[in-house]
Amino acid sequence: MEMPKPNDDLLARKPQIIARLREVLPADAVIDDPNETRAYECDALSAYRCQPLGVVLPRSTAEVAAALKACHEMGVPVVPRGAGTSLAGGSMPQADSVVLGLARMNSVLETDYANRFIRVEAGRTNLSVTGAVESDGWFYAPDPSSQLACAISGNIAMNSGGAHCLKYGVTTNNLLGVTLVTMEGEVVEIGGPYLDAGGLDLLGLICGSEGQLGVVTEATLKILPKPEGARPVLIGFNSNEVAGACVADIIKAGILPVAIEFMDRPCIVATEAFCHAGYPDCEALLIVECEGSAAEIDEQIGMIRQIAGRHEPVEFREAQSADEAARIWLGRKSAFGAMGQINDYMCLDGTIPVSELPFVLRRIGELSKDYGLDVANVFHAGDGNMHPLILYNANKPGDQELCEKLGAEILKLCVEAGGCLTGEHGVGIEKRDLMDVQFEPADLEAQMRVKDVFDPKWLLNPAKVFPLGASASRRVT
Amino acid sequence: MRVESEAQLAEAVRDAGGALAVRGGGTRPVGRCLGEPLEVGISGITLYEPGALTLVVGAGTSLAEVEAAIAAEGQRLPFEPANWGPVLGVEGVSTVGGVVAANVSGPRRVQAGACRDSLIGVRFVDGRGQVVKNGGRVMKNVTGYDLVKLMAGSWGTLGVMSEVAFKLLPAAPAQATVVIDLPAGAAPVALAAALGSPFDVSGAGWVPGVGAVVRVEGLSESVSYRAGELRKLLEQFGPVRVEEEGSAAIWASLRDLEPFIDKPGDLWRFSVKPSEASEIVARLGGEVLLDWGGGLIWALLPEGSEARALAAPYSGHATCMRGSAGVTFEPEPAPIATLTTALRAQFDPRGILNPGRMG
Repeated sequence: MEMPKPNDDLLARKPQIIARLREVLPADAVIDDPNETRAYECDALSAYRCQPLGVVLPRSTAEVAAALKACHEMGVPVVPRGAGTSLAGGSMPQADSVVLGLARMNSVLETDYANRFIRVEAGRTNLSVTGAVESDGWFYAPDPSSQLACAISGNIAMNSGGAHCLKYGVTTNNLLGVTLVTMEGEVVEIGGPYLDAGGLDLLGLICGSEGQLGVVTEATLKILPKPEGARPVLIGFNSNEVAGACVADIIKAGILPVAIEFMDRPCIVATEAFCHAGYPDCEALLIVECEGSAAEIDEQIGMIRQIAGRHEPVEFREAQSADEAARIWLGRKSAFGAMGQINDYMCLDGTIPVSELPFVLRRIGELSKDYGLDVANVFHAGDGNMHPLILYNANKPGDQELCEKLGAEILKLCVEAGGCLTGEHGVGIEKRDLMDVQFEPADLEAQMRVKDVFDPKWLLNPAKVFPLGASASRRVT
Repeated sequence: MRVESEAQLAEAVRDAGGALAVRGGGTRPVGRCLGEPLEVGISGITLYEPGALTLVVGAGTSLAEVEAAIAAEGQRLPFEPANWGPVLGVEGVSTVGGVVAANVSGPRRVQAGACRDSLIGVRFVDGRGQVVKNGGRVMKNVTGYDLVKLMAGSWGTLGVMSEVAFKLLPAAPAQATVVIDLPAGAAPVALAAALGSPFDVSGAGWVPGVGAVVRVEGLSESVSYRAGELRKLLEQFGPVRVEEEGSAAIWASLRDLEPFIDKPGDLWRFSVKPSEASEIVARLGGEVLLDWGGGLIWALLPEGSEARALAAPYSGHATCMRGSAGVTFEPEPAPIATLTTALRAQFDPRGILNPGRMG
């Protein structure tokens, strides 16, 4: 991935820039010792690293505003960072930038069950939002795989999804309001504890803008009462095509499970070797989770059993206990760890129309052979959000480049099939230069004009999302 | 002028010499409509995949045509769009583009989200006459900025939509409504209890002459079970009964504001914190309907009422949907106004698309 050439003037002014930040922030909120800033040189797209000028770790919205205002005055780019779990390089620094980390802003500010919301500082981790309300029978619905570590600020930046968004939607559908600090240091309140905010939908615009429009310091999130119960079934099939057809039939039948997860043979084999979940020996399997009272779940699973029966499954396994339910989820939840144990991998995130699943899976298989790199598929089938995992060897010269080329081919395939480059991870640097596969220049121009409004100098996370060529005339660095 | 293709639309906007009053079916005449009328007649279903729960449709297609086509496959628009024509006293055929432009969301919003939450793609012509697309036809898509949300509820001021794409939901085979005999002011507390239960409530409101109403939808056994559980839960608030046959009519009445049709007065819409609804209702006086657990108040007030001032001490915002108020939409706080003014200048630099419509 290409990054813009750092601005030599900014690199030369590092001592003054750090000194200025120390003037406006408490002493321990600014770090510039390379040994300490090393922790911030990459996110979960760890193949790419770059040391920033410095890192600021504010404790309040006022400190965030002070840091941004100072950087704006000095013309220094800022890269916002939640927990640094982006798979797309969304919080990867550039050499002439200051990283603004929100990890110290992690408090719960208000919990209101009568109005069904929680207000938190945006550095709080996703899972700990649910943790704050769980004992009272509530939860926060979006559940990205990284939910133990990832921060709400990053979830908002990338509009993160998760396994259960077929029923509950993604971050943008569960976000009621934000406190946003603009690059100029202005604090703006958008939305609040009511269902719509009036005027233009700025909240919808902020969510998914990858930290390019402002820094979200506080968020009002919708919370939901926990369902009475949930139970998964596991269904094994002899081919990817049949599994894909079964997904479409379940949806057409009017059942809306909370999750439909799909794993193909390479993924099943790897997870079995890793965690021995006891999955059947088959080409493809689905995990379908239903929610409600015991009787309601029985009713839904009965219908799913009937539908699956028409597709001659090699196995239909219904969890009879919490332990069996956990075993059904075990392999799925261990999938990424399992793949990581056998090889380095790159995780893609394209979405396709569900009807194109068989075609796209077959084509990925062909591309995998052409490139000589194995690809395992594990993904959210109900909404067509695929996660092909390309296996490669980072220590083998040329393998990473080959993997990236194959990744680009697969993402182009997703777009050609009627889908998109990214369903829940975001563009970051990873898919930045593929944007013109999906968008015409006028489409990108319309989006960049939005950034012109919020960040006229293009200092916030400037080298992300848009192809460098397309944004060159707007960026300072 | 009426346009029937995206190319015609782009040409009409490019060549416009002054303000354009953009409209679909003209059933939502809210706010000022100045300029030469531009009617979007780009009609027809472009793509419908029941197995993928997705629909792509010309913005000028009638809502009725879309609803009939998807009902034939046992599906529906999740957000239950209202028909405001009768209550606003206008004839006309509601179009999907109009529904999106006004972000019209009915009672099911508490469960399934607003129109903007089901909208997955748009094509529009900006104020320069440039065609722009955003989003697409898949349910999960975070590629680039979400201009889809921005277009929903922009009342034709940033761009004129030519095509919209939705995610759909299976229609529920059964529904039931738990009715609690309560005055409006006492309803929000009971509705909050229902919405805070695990019984997947898909509507929570208050209708004059009926009472507080709580809806459940789904497979029939599940509906009976949940209605029964809610009945037990809600008995503490007042006399309770379960309505099955009459359930759909209650929600159609609330959705389309039937109790207010042909009645004189100003019609106001307040989006508020549900727990503050009781106090606001008491301050407003007049006739009300409650939706979204109390988070949406519809009020029919004497002409010229200072309704916005009455609700001002509370969080939320007010819109004058029909009547004499000079300012239709809630004035924006200064930092927000700075951003929205600049956004409008970017999307519509000549200021020709529904100028002044949003205040």
